[in-house]
Amino acid sequence: MKVLVPIKRVVDYNVKVRAKSDGTGVDLANVKMAINPFCEIAIEEAVRLKEAGSVEEVVAVSVGTTASQEQLRTALALGADRAILVETEVEVDSLGVAKLLKAVAEKESPDIIILGKQAIDNDSNQTGQMLSALLGYSQGTFASEVSLKDSSLEVIREVDGGLQTVHLTLPAIVTTDLRLNEPRYASLPNIMKAKKKQMDTLTPDELSVDVKPRVNILKVSPPPERAAGIKVESVEELVDKLKNEAKVIS
Amino acid sequence: MSILVIAEHDNNDLKEATLNTVTAAMEIGQEVDLLVAGLNCSQVAREAALIQGLNKILLVDSTLYENFLAENIGLLVSDIGKDYSHILAPATSNGKNFMPRVAALLDVAQISDISAIVNSDTFERPIYAGNCIATVQCLDPIKVVTVRTTGFDACLKEGGSVEVENITLEHDASVSKFIKEEIVKSDRPELTAADVVISGGRGMQNGENFNLLNGIADKLGAAIGASRAAVDSGFVPNDMQVGQTGKIVAPDLYIAVGISGAIQHLAGMKDSKVIVAINKDEEAPIFEVADYGLVADLFDALPELEAKL
Repeated sequence: MKVLVPIKRVVDYNVKVRAKSDGTGVDLANVKMAINPFCEIAIEEAVRLKEAGSVEEVVAVSVGTTASQEQLRTALALGADRAILVETEVEVDSLGVAKLLKAVAEKESPDIIILGKQAIDNDSNQTGQMLSALLGYSQGTFASEVSLKDSSLEVIREVDGGLQTVHLTLPAIVTTDLRLNEPRYASLPNIMKAKKKQMDTLTPDELSVDVKPRVNILKVSPPPERAAGIKVESVEELVDKLKNEAKVIS
Repeated sequence: MSILVIAEHDNNDLKEATLNTVTAAMEIGQEVDLLVAGLNCSQVAREAALIQGLNKILLVDSTLYENFLAENIGLLVSDIGKDYSHILAPATSNGKNFMPRVAALLDVAQISDISAIVNSDTFERPIYAGNCIATVQCLDPIKVVTVRTTGFDACLKEGGSVEVENITLEHDASVSKFIKEEIVKSDRPELTAADVVISGGRGMQNGENFNLLNGIADKLGAAIGASRAAVDSGFVPNDMQVGQTGKIVAPDLYIAVGISGAIQHLAGMKDSKVIVAINKDEEAPIFEVADYGLVADLFDALPELEAKL
């Protein structure tokens, strides 16, 4: 069985990003980059399936510039067997990424594709669902537990107000939520080994996919600022302020 | 301009998030249809018919849509939606589950989680956990959009008598099955609909200490939330999570207890009208967004607060 894990290079989650002062985008100069946290969870889940003996090969794939090789190497150090970079200078939107991944999936014929539920840069939460629709695969989004049973998956999903369990016929797409697992750290020997693992490069042209964006970003601006508040000295003062000043309790 | 809104419901009741989404739709244009798809859900359609200003309600009743499996609903909505200029759904876990499929099947982009409408093809949406607001223009003929419900008021659900049209459409992808759902039953209001929310963070130290929030929540009619740190630490279940990857709330009063205020948490609550922070670390970033900050040990402050309310 083969698992494909698409990953994304994003700003490290600890970085507080700011809009550029001219409103043309987000200031990413000299900012630390990393694998999107949900994608790390996806790699971990795939590697665990392999360690459990039910999966033979884990293939990591990313869409981006040559810089994304760094994140693919990390994926290899975390346990992926080989990597594919779909190299493009274009900032491809979710539908474009889904089409590229579809083309890769048609070459690779994976049984399961595991993706992060959302990337923490655009917060779109789209690619897995789009890919599933394009491929006609079954879909288990926001997974907190995945069990492989012969030719099917049982996925417990985080939904508003609780948990939902679905049964998916393979091939299937899973998108990860926070509680699915706790990703490991790459060990130094594994980082060294990862340097020798195979990494192939493809282009959107080779995959015959048009990646022209369908959405124009007209402006990026800072959110409205909240006016500075005050510190209260006691619970009593707090209750008084809430009752008589803010008037939000009675 | 004709707009299709997908109703959120549980086959019995219409969910509030639908009403915020209808408001967004009516900001875009006048001709708004509402799709109610499910099983034995005609009473949902009757409830929705009270909304004033809707053009009509489309009711699709079939076992295929009982559990809102994304594969089937995606096919249904892309089929019905192909003749509309806009398709809108609330950005709930259900809306997020099927709407990108609709967009992909129609070969158009999806705009996620809009917080404001600039004009019929241009929207504002938060990115980077709300650290930036992007104004985006969709170039595709059909705009597939999910709506951040805190960005729009709920429309009124009274006085209307909208026509309900029954449609029979069977879309069966046959690749997935619903097994079960465990929804936490609670007497408290839903997090996203509550007027008051009180949330605990890592400072609560364990799940049991979340009981300290119960008495206060009871007195204020509040929903109880949590930060990602509290969820990651296993104190409470994930459906209580407020933040970038959890629920987005904007109540009249938000009380953050033992929450440091990571940007991922602020992303989910900073549009609240009044924010109160209780934290023993006076340097905690949560105080930068709080209207009222109390530097105190929560284990002293919470019982006292409960007593004084």
